Amino acid sequence: MNNRITNILLVGVGGQGILLAAEILSEAVLLAGFDVKKSEIHGMSQRGGCVVSHVRYGAEVFSPTVPEGEGDILFGFELMESCRSLPLLKKGGAVVANDLRIAPPSVLMGQEAYPEWVTERIRERFPDFLLLDGQKLAGEAGNVRAANTVLLGAVSRRLDIDEQYWLQAIEKMVPKKAVEVNKKAFLLGRSVDWSKP
Amino acid sequence: MKKEILSGNEAIARGAYEAGCRVACAYPGTPSTEILENTVNYKEINSSWAPNEKVALEVAIGASFGGGRALCTMKHVGVNVAADPLFTLSYTGVNGGLVLVTADDPEMHSSQNEQDNRNYAKFAKVPMLEPADSQECKEFTRLAFELSEQYDTPVMLRTTTRISHSKSIVALGERANDLPEPKLIKNAAKLVMLPGNARVRHPFVEERIKKLSEAGADMAINRRELRDTSIGIITSGVCYQYVREALPDASTLKLGMVHPLPQTLIREFAAQVDKLYVVEELDPFIEEQVKAMGIAVTGKELISLCGELSPGRIRTAFGLQQPPADAGDKLPGRPPNMCPGCPHRGVFFALNQLKAYVTGDIGCYTLGFMPPLSAMDTCVCMGASIGMATGVSKVVSAEEKKKVVAVIGDSTFLHTGINGLMDMVYNNSTATVVILDNRITAMTGRQDNPASGFTLMDDPAHRIDFPLLCKSLGVRHIRVINPFDLEQTKNVLREEMERPEPSVIITDKPCVLVKREGVFHKGPVYEVAVEKCTGCRACLKIGCPAIEWRPAGDGSKKGTAFIDPLLCTGCDVCRQLCKFDAIRRAK
Repeated sequence: MNNRITNILLVGVGGQGILLAAEILSEAVLLAGFDVKKSEIHGMSQRGGCVVSHVRYGAEVFSPTVPEGEGDILFGFELMESCRSLPLLKKGGAVVANDLRIAPPSVLMGQEAYPEWVTERIRERFPDFLLLDGQKLAGEAGNVRAANTVLLGAVSRRLDIDEQYWLQAIEKMVPKKAVEVNKKAFLLGRSVDWSKP
Repeated sequence: MKKEILSGNEAIARGAYEAGCRVACAYPGTPSTEILENTVNYKEINSSWAPNEKVALEVAIGASFGGGRALCTMKHVGVNVAADPLFTLSYTGVNGGLVLVTADDPEMHSSQNEQDNRNYAKFAKVPMLEPADSQECKEFTRLAFELSEQYDTPVMLRTTTRISHSKSIVALGERANDLPEPKLIKNAAKLVMLPGNARVRHPFVEERIKKLSEAGADMAINRRELRDTSIGIITSGVCYQYVREALPDASTLKLGMVHPLPQTLIREFAAQVDKLYVVEELDPFIEEQVKAMGIAVTGKELISLCGELSPGRIRTAFGLQQPPADAGDKLPGRPPNMCPGCPHRGVFFALNQLKAYVTGDIGCYTLGFMPPLSAMDTCVCMGASIGMATGVSKVVSAEEKKKVVAVIGDSTFLHTGINGLMDMVYNNSTATVVILDNRITAMTGRQDNPASGFTLMDDPAHRIDFPLLCKSLGVRHIRVINPFDLEQTKNVLREEMERPEPSVIITDKPCVLVKREGVFHKGPVYEVAVEKCTGCRACLKIGCPAIEWRPAGDGSKKGTAFIDPLLCTGCDVCRQLCKFDAIRRAK
């Protein structure tokens, strides 16, 4: 059996809902019949630090973490954190990032500036780059808080998982009253035309 | 069969449920905490938070002696606290099965050291199982209970952060329903460890380990996988996964039981491969024992004694790839920070201003070490702050003594800090103690404790009265303060630091993350009146994530402060720092 493993990295700042997005992704993959492993570090990261979640799927997954430089897709919830995790991606890997900047403590305190060049840097290193205004699109879907799900929809276009499994996963993982808006947000993200450059 | 994606910790809880476990007890500690947060979802298991790991293990021992299966979980350093009962429990053995989970933290993602607790299994002479994914977490937990009863021994189950916090697919099973009903059975020769009885039990312990080592050769959890026999690798836990990823063709001996080692199996495997390696994180635990068996093996010559492994690190160790050259771009760091509205912030701000020498402790408030608060000078282990303050005060000058302040949270104080306070009063130390009572064990994710008023099973409980407790210990100067009132906080600290007697200051504002009704209230939010803001940056000195410096944008160093209304909790601390009345309640 072909054991090609798909490696996805979800990165951002603690409290952004990265873990839930990773849960939905893992659940969809399970429903589609793949082996899956997901790994992240929580603890100190809950206090506004960086979060990196690894999701890997295929016929049989061994390591729960993506080997350095083998990530297929980087799913960034915040621009600077997306840039920070680029070394985890393979050459020619894809980046889907939310157009959002969250200032770290040193920037909040005015000790240094938020690096404005991060977007260009990502594009330069990984031309297969989709920058989305997740909040704006989520607003169109009915709730700005569903930004992550919009982005997940965009990521889903590059993964060999049937649409039905994604929707089932959203139904299972999202609180009941938010299911409809999240489905809508997901499909909106999935409709974004995003082809390899 | 029903399949779910579970974390290692969720799977251990499930394994305990399926094994018919009746009692689960723990003190929270990353990465072990979620095990009890999941056993509590099974109504058949009585789950509770103990004040510390020693008590947790003692509760589990009692349940086992009473004939019920018991689970006790803790982070690696927790076993140091529980070591006293553990070593003698090894002698008594069990009645109902007893499983002790040690969740180790290679890489110190959330810990103060990265001790390798496999050494405890050898030291205490008890078997240790080490699962490599969530399915094994569940199966090994169940097996651990069975081995515990079969061999009359506590069984340790060791995870690491990557096993506890990674999720993978688990097939669920049913709960065992054929276990005997617990009842009181007296058996002093086995359970009263006085010298005469213990001398009889010790040879039993030695014999037990020998038997387990022999039985290990036939245990399915010790698995030989022959592929290319030019390289053979002995490994266990998550390292097995990394090895399969990095060296897919190598032969492996995957050990599910890492103590005692199945010597016969190791000898057979060694004879089947051309070159033998051990791949293990941290200490050369397996390697040294294999070498002591007289078998040539390579391990720590190639693989670091420090930190977590990864497929990449193993490939590099075996010369299959260069160390990764891409270090990425230099970006501002993003260290963790206290939350907006955290009641600890004002205390550390005041301690910084008073130039205190702060012996710190373990919790969210350890972040008081970070700039701009920069007001913590030591952090060693749970509860250490108070004893250390006493010790520092014994050696420095009378003037410097006044600077010594111990800072400790409610949960940590009850864990092991209380003994330090007893000593302080008893031996007349002059240091000042600050108990940050935020009514929750916050750092590990908001667990209840004996001062929060609730149990893990969400039953109402007595709330420890800290002033009364301190009074009963003999502390004569006890002050309760509002940490959001900077002037009061600073004045009380100054007065008590001056006083050449033991004193305790207790802050009484709750953690902003306590979800329970009637505890934390978000107040009206604040805003910056831009016309009054002079850009003096005084409000930035508390490092609140809700306050942002906005440069004027004209290339100068000028700018103004901005308060994010979504993050502000209305704690009022920043307003007190503004000399220009530029911070006010938002209209």
